[in-house]
Amino acid sequence: MSATRTSARAGQPRPGPLMEFVHRRRRGAELFLLVLSLFVGLGAYAAVGLGVDGEVPADIMAYGTWLAVLVVAAHITIRLRAAYADPIILPIVSALNGLGLAMIYRIHLADPDRTPTARTQLVWMSLGVLLFVAVLVLLRDHRRLQAFTYTAGLTSIVLLLLPLVPGFGREIHGARIWVHLGSLSFQPGEIAKVLLVIAFAGYLVLHRDALALAGRRVLFVDLPRGRDLGPILAMWLVSLAVLVFQNDLGSSLLFFGIFLVMLYAATERPGWLVVGGGMFLAGAYLSYLFVGHVTERVDVWLHPFSEAKGYQVVQGMYGMAWGGLTGRGLGQGSPQLTPFGYSDFIASSIGEELGLTGLMAVVVLYGILVERGLRTSLICRDNFGKLVAAGLAVVFALQVFVVIGGVTKLIPLTGLTTPFLSYGGSSLVANWAIVALLLRISDQARRPPPELSAGSEDMDATQVVRLR
Amino acid sequence: MNRPIRNLAIGCMVLFLALLINVTYLQYWQSDSLTSLSKHPDNRRVLDAAYSRPRGAILVKGKEIADSVKSKDDYKYQRVYPQGRQYAQITGFFSRDWGLGGIEATENSILSGDDSKLFVNRVVDLLGNQDPRGGSVSLTIDPKAQKAAYDGMKALGPDVRGAVVALEPSTGKVLAMTSSPTYDPNRLASHDFVAVNQAHKDLLANDLSPLNNRAIEEVLPPGSTFKLVTAAAALESGKYEPDTLVPGGSKLDLPQTSKDLINENGRSCGGDKITFTRALQVSCNVAFGSVGMDIGADAIRAQAEKFGFGSRYFHDLDDSLTRQALSRFPDNPDAPQTALSAIGQFDVAATPLQMAMITAGIANSGTVMQPYLVDEIRSNDLEVIGKTDPRPLTSNAVSAATARKLTDMMVAVVDSGTATTAQIPGIKVAGKTGTAQSAPDRPPYAWFVSFAPADNPTVAVAVLVQDAGVDRDAISGSGLAAPIAKAVMEAVLNP
Repeated sequence: MSATRTSARAGQPRPGPLMEFVHRRRRGAELFLLVLSLFVGLGAYAAVGLGVDGEVPADIMAYGTWLAVLVVAAHITIRLRAAYADPIILPIVSALNGLGLAMIYRIHLADPDRTPTARTQLVWMSLGVLLFVAVLVLLRDHRRLQAFTYTAGLTSIVLLLLPLVPGFGREIHGARIWVHLGSLSFQPGEIAKVLLVIAFAGYLVLHRDALALAGRRVLFVDLPRGRDLGPILAMWLVSLAVLVFQNDLGSSLLFFGIFLVMLYAATERPGWLVVGGGMFLAGAYLSYLFVGHVTERVDVWLHPFSEAKGYQVVQGMYGMAWGGLTGRGLGQGSPQLTPFGYSDFIASSIGEELGLTGLMAVVVLYGILVERGLRTSLICRDNFGKLVAAGLAVVFALQVFVVIGGVTKLIPLTGLTTPFLSYGGSSLVANWAIVALLLRISDQARRPPPELSAGSEDMDATQVVRLR
Repeated sequence: MNRPIRNLAIGCMVLFLALLINVTYLQYWQSDSLTSLSKHPDNRRVLDAAYSRPRGAILVKGKEIADSVKSKDDYKYQRVYPQGRQYAQITGFFSRDWGLGGIEATENSILSGDDSKLFVNRVVDLLGNQDPRGGSVSLTIDPKAQKAAYDGMKALGPDVRGAVVALEPSTGKVLAMTSSPTYDPNRLASHDFVAVNQAHKDLLANDLSPLNNRAIEEVLPPGSTFKLVTAAAALESGKYEPDTLVPGGSKLDLPQTSKDLINENGRSCGGDKITFTRALQVSCNVAFGSVGMDIGADAIRAQAEKFGFGSRYFHDLDDSLTRQALSRFPDNPDAPQTALSAIGQFDVAATPLQMAMITAGIANSGTVMQPYLVDEIRSNDLEVIGKTDPRPLTSNAVSAATARKLTDMMVAVVDSGTATTAQIPGIKVAGKTGTAQSAPDRPPYAWFVSFAPADNPTVAVAVLVQDAGVDRDAISGSGLAAPIAKAVMEAVLNP
């Protein structure tokens, strides 16, 4: 990376047919946006102190420095190791994470006995950034991950099963998705999420032709062959198992959704969506009938005010209605009244204190994040990278839709964290790793096409590609 | 692979658009209904906000019986009821978790300051950067009468069930309204929510149901006080005059049954034929039973309905728990049932408020005024923004002539009849006692209705004592209820 921006462009005589458009690195823009994102995070933190106690929190300097160091460390890593990576993703993540920290701090101030501190979350964020740096430094090329297709798949299944191991797994708030190691507890499902995307991508890149070509046409839709249904059936069963044995509706939906979407992207055949959607509906209906946990969630969704278990949803709705258009202001609402207003229901806390305006801004931030991820997938040159990027982007999209949709009563509530906002170590660390992967793929995708070896005029000649 | 990825991007956009639209629906369109306490009384955010706001006072003759004072806790203001137990059934309570009652509920929009009538004040408060303060509500209550009624019931004992209602006959103003046993609304309005929950639980578990406002919420057989209605119907029919001779004696053979109608304690009314006045004076069951059968159930029912039976006319205390009960006269009684109904037994049932209205109607030359409790509402700068105008409920429930005759008959009751205990020196009092036997195993109810001064009435009272915990024989309208009525009348007459 010794070349400067101008020389890099100068060294590129003419855009080839492969890439008509040459991406610039835009690291300066990223830095500018990062500073803005720090204003969001620190401004929110200061506003919480002003709203609750009438003064700026005493530790604002230390807190601000810590946050800034993390963000700048991430930025420098990108500059050094992924100079062409998308410049918008990191600022979005930084803004969301900063806002989440402020919100967790705000709810901790209101209910100090039962809620986690922002400091704990900041430690988790540091770990997340550390992992982010490690991924970018150690993983020079995302294609290497393809070698770990089956390892990743196996590991993710083991991780998913871990909480079911007696004495090791722990059931918290009705969902058996936790693993305890000493005093440390984490949700292996969050890490499995990343590994599953890699495993799916690796598998689909190899088998996409078989899955794509064979099949018959029924009513304008190409339906796949029966014998190719194996993997999707297996994944469907795994998702159902997660649902039935771990009571984790959200993860179940997420895993199956990612698989379906990646299958569609790999085979380009909407038929898979039809088959998978049908299986999803069947599974959902069956579990509504036979899984008590699900029945309860659907009933609460339909009649939140008449169900005793609807308390949380109702409180969330009251909070958001109380916030109205512009919100009560940070520190001036009552988000602590909503159970888990710092984790699953942090969207309703933001809606209450920052209003419709604030919550819309957050949703739009997520929307841009997903869009940047899918754009990365579009311009990525290798199929594996395309699939991983699309998968990871859709992970965010589905997760945000499922959790915010659940909190706002668009769909039945399922337990999932709001990426980067919610309190929760496993989720935060895993999401930072996802962002690192996205940036790695993005760097590869946006990097100008490798220079052809000098003097080669004949395009048919073997190209000498300088990889790095 | 790019086509499906583009489609995915569109799919994701649809998901996010759905989120944005749904959030807008929730936080914008649904916001008003979700934060409306009438639709969602359990919305603590709104309750807390209401708690943190100074609420208007409830006033009686310019004195606060409910007020908001600054408190040092999170809620900034504490609702206090200086004479809590005395006014509990009227003020109601202002609790965070258990809703509102009484005037606190019915006049909530004024007291909280949300009413559109207070819009200008709200804007002024906003511009002046002051906490919006609610308007105040002035009641028609006469504090002396209220105290007399409350003290009278209290003197009977803390567990005695009963009620007192006093009205101003010419307007329908409620001068006193008390129900026993009562409770302390301060305990429900406290910011110590654990204690509030306990207090609320205790009140609900109490067999004597102190939260009930017996003056309007419960109907009971009015017993002999109902003879006023029968007498009114008889006089209106034209067949009877105060000096008409009616059957007396000690028993009335009821047709179609083997039973006889006897007088209270089996006494004789004196003579086989007595005057109608005499019959009311001694509360002669035999006489009124036969008069009732003579004029018929339909005439009595029509008369009762003119006084307000079967209709709901008092709304000033309609909260989520309380409603005025409908007083009733049986639909199709046969002859013996008519005889029993004519003396206020069988299936006749009335609220104390209803009995007070009958009395007030007679006192007001036959015109029954609609009773009301809220006199004026004022903005927080004491400007009157609403005043209740007296309205007749029934213009000629009885003719002025009949009213005059009834008054004379009722004066005779107090002067030399069953209600001598209600006499006030120097003032002509009109009254009627009642002792209602509803079931053989239940102690009878003691009733008393009266008004004074008889020639220019300024107060009409109804007193009900449901069970005084005294011997069955000692229960009577004149013994238990009349002294309370007398005290209330005196309080109004001698300010």
